[in-house]
Amino acid sequence: MSTSHLTDKITNALAQGRKAVMPYLPAGYPTKEAFWKHIADLDAAGADIIEIGIPFSDPVADGPVVEQAALCCLKQNVTLAWILEELTRRRPTIQAGIVLMGYMNPFLQYGMDKLARDAARAGANGLIIADLPLEESDGPRKLLQEHGVDLIPLVGLNSSPERLRAHAEKATGFVYFVSVMGTTGVRETLPEQLQDALTQAKQIFPIPLALGFGLHAPSQLQGVESVVDGVVMGSALIRHIDSTGTVGDFLAPWISSQ
Amino acid sequence: MQKGYFGDFGGRFAPELLMPPLLELEEAMERIMAGEPFQRELTDLLTHFVGRPTALYHCANLSRELGFGLWLKREDLAHTGAHKINNTVGQALLAKHMGKTRLVAETGAGQHGVATATAAALLGLECIVYMGAEDVVRQAHNVQRMELLGATVRPVDSGSRTLKDAINAAMRHWIAEQGNTHYCLGSAVGPHPFPLLVRELQAVIGREALDQFQRRVGRLPEQVVACVGGGSNAIGMFHAFVPHAQVTLIGVEAAGDGSPGCCHSATLSTGTTGVLHGTMTKLLQTVEGQILASHSLAPGLDYPGVGPEHAHLQALGRAQYVCVTDDQALAGFMRLARTEGILPALESSHALAYALKLAGTLPRNANVVVCLSGRGDKDLEIVRQALLKREG
Repeated sequence: MSTSHLTDKITNALAQGRKAVMPYLPAGYPTKEAFWKHIADLDAAGADIIEIGIPFSDPVADGPVVEQAALCCLKQNVTLAWILEELTRRRPTIQAGIVLMGYMNPFLQYGMDKLARDAARAGANGLIIADLPLEESDGPRKLLQEHGVDLIPLVGLNSSPERLRAHAEKATGFVYFVSVMGTTGVRETLPEQLQDALTQAKQIFPIPLALGFGLHAPSQLQGVESVVDGVVMGSALIRHIDSTGTVGDFLAPWISSQ
Repeated sequence: MQKGYFGDFGGRFAPELLMPPLLELEEAMERIMAGEPFQRELTDLLTHFVGRPTALYHCANLSRELGFGLWLKREDLAHTGAHKINNTVGQALLAKHMGKTRLVAETGAGQHGVATATAAALLGLECIVYMGAEDVVRQAHNVQRMELLGATVRPVDSGSRTLKDAINAAMRHWIAEQGNTHYCLGSAVGPHPFPLLVRELQAVIGREALDQFQRRVGRLPEQVVACVGGGSNAIGMFHAFVPHAQVTLIGVEAAGDGSPGCCHSATLSTGTTGVLHGTMTKLLQTVEGQILASHSLAPGLDYPGVGPEHAHLQALGRAQYVCVTDDQALAGFMRLARTEGILPALESSHALAYALKLAGTLPRNANVVVCLSGRGDKDLEIVRQALLKREG
C-alpha cells in the first residue's frame, strides 16, 4: 500500500486486470439533487475515482460542454462550501476515491488553508487545479499534503522531459495526462504522437498515469493500453446524461471491455 | 521579488499546456526583444508607421478655465487612433522574429483587434480575432475594419459574450495551436510575461511625455493621469514617472452610472484579490470567486480585472486609483470637443473628467498631464444615444 488513497485505488483496478475508471461530473449537474444520485450510481457501477468538478465562471481549460455544464451549476448557486458540506455528509457511503477538480480562484477565495482542512474532513483524496502550473504549485501542494490531500498535476504532449521530471519529483496520487493539445471535449481520434509521449511520461513518473480529455470510447485506447493506468471521461458523460442515459450504462463498456 | 510578480500580484496561473509557449515568449523577450537590432526595427516602425513621438499638447483654453496647466499626451494621434498600436506592432514584430506565422487576439470594443489586424497586415502575419458575440453586434464598424485589414473575426458565444469571454476563447485557441501562433494580448494583464511585455511596449508613452514636458517646462508635472481598464495605457504612461516620487500618479476607473450597487468596472477601487486570466490581481467577483460582469459607457474600460502592476502600485501607495461616472466622462468628452477641438475616446474622457474636477484645488503654476489614449470617432454612436437619453 502506498501513502496515497488515490494511488491505491488505481493499483487495485490494475490488479483486477483493468484500467482505473475515473468519471468527471461538475458538482450540481444537472441539478443539485440529481448530481448526488449520479455520484452514488457511478460509485455503484464501479468507478474507481470520481472527479467532482468545481464550477467556475471562466474555465479556460474547458471546452463548450463542460463550460455550459459549469454555468448551469452556477445558476443553481452551487458553491464550494455547499459541495464540501454535502460531500462530508455522503462520503461514508461512497467507495470510490474522490478528487475535486477546479480552477484557482474559487479555491483561493475559500482559503487554501481552510480548503485543505475541509477537503480532508469531507473525504476528498485529491485536488486538480486546472490553472495552477508547476511554477505556482509549491504553496498549495504543501498545504494540501499536510492534510493528506494529493495535488494532481496535469501534463501534456508539449511537456518537456525536464518539466515531467520536475513534476515527478513533487507529485503524489497520480499524474493526469492531457491527451490532446486543447480543451476538454470529445474527440474522434487522439493525436498520433500520444503513444510516444505517454511512454516517456510513464517512464518518468513513479506514480500511476491517468489519461483524460477527449475520451468517449474504450476503443480510443488502442495502442496506448500498456502505458495508461486510468482513464477520465467528462464531456462524454455529460452528453450521455443530457441524452437521458443512466450513468451505469455509460460506465459499463469502460469497465467490462478491459 | 518572485519571478513574474509585482509584489503580491501577477504570477502565471495558466494551464500547464500554456507554460511552454509562455516560457518561449519570456525567453524571446530576453533574447530578441532586448537586443539592439530588434529595438532599431521597432523604433523605425514606431516612427514611420505609427507616427511617434505623439504630440504633448498644452490645452491653452482649458488651462485658462481650470486655473492650472492641462496637458494631453496625444495617443489619439497614433496610427489607428489609439495607444493599442504601440503594443501590437511590438508583439507582431517579436512574433515574426520568433518564427510565428499567425497572431491570435481578443478584443472588446474592437480597438485592440483593429490594431492587431493592422500590425499583422503590415508584417505579413495571419490574424484571428476573438470578439464577444454581443460586441460583434455593438461594434460592427470595427468588425468591418478588421475584416478589411485581412483578419478573421470569430464571435464568442460563451459566458457573458463580451471581452472576458473573448480572452478565454483566445487562450483556448493558444492552448490548441501554439507552434505557429503568438497570442497578441491587448492589455497589461494575463500570465507572466504579458504584463511585463505590454508595459515594455507601452512605456514609450511615458518616456516621451516625460522628455517632452521637461524640455517644454523645464521640470516635472505635479500629476499624471490615465484611465484604467486593463490598464495598458496607464502603465505605459506611469512607468517612466514611477521613480519620480514627487509626481502624483492617478489611475481613473469607470464607475458606471455611479449609483450604489450599479454595474461598473472599478476593479481597483472596489474589487478584491483573486486570479483571472492567469494573473493574481484585483477583480470584480463574488465572495465565492465567480467573476462578475463589468460595465462602462466606455467599452475599453469594461473588464472585471486589471493589470497586476496597478494592483501593486496601489498597494505601495505609489499610484492612486479613483472613479469617474459615465455622466462625468461624457461631460469631459463634450468639454474637450468644444474648448480644444478634440474628440477624445470615452475611455480617455474618464481620465480627462478627473483632471477637470481638479479646478480650484491646484496652484496656477501646477501642471497635470493626461494620457489621451484614443480618439473618439469610434464612440459617436454611444455618445449620440447617451445625449438623447439625457435630454429625454
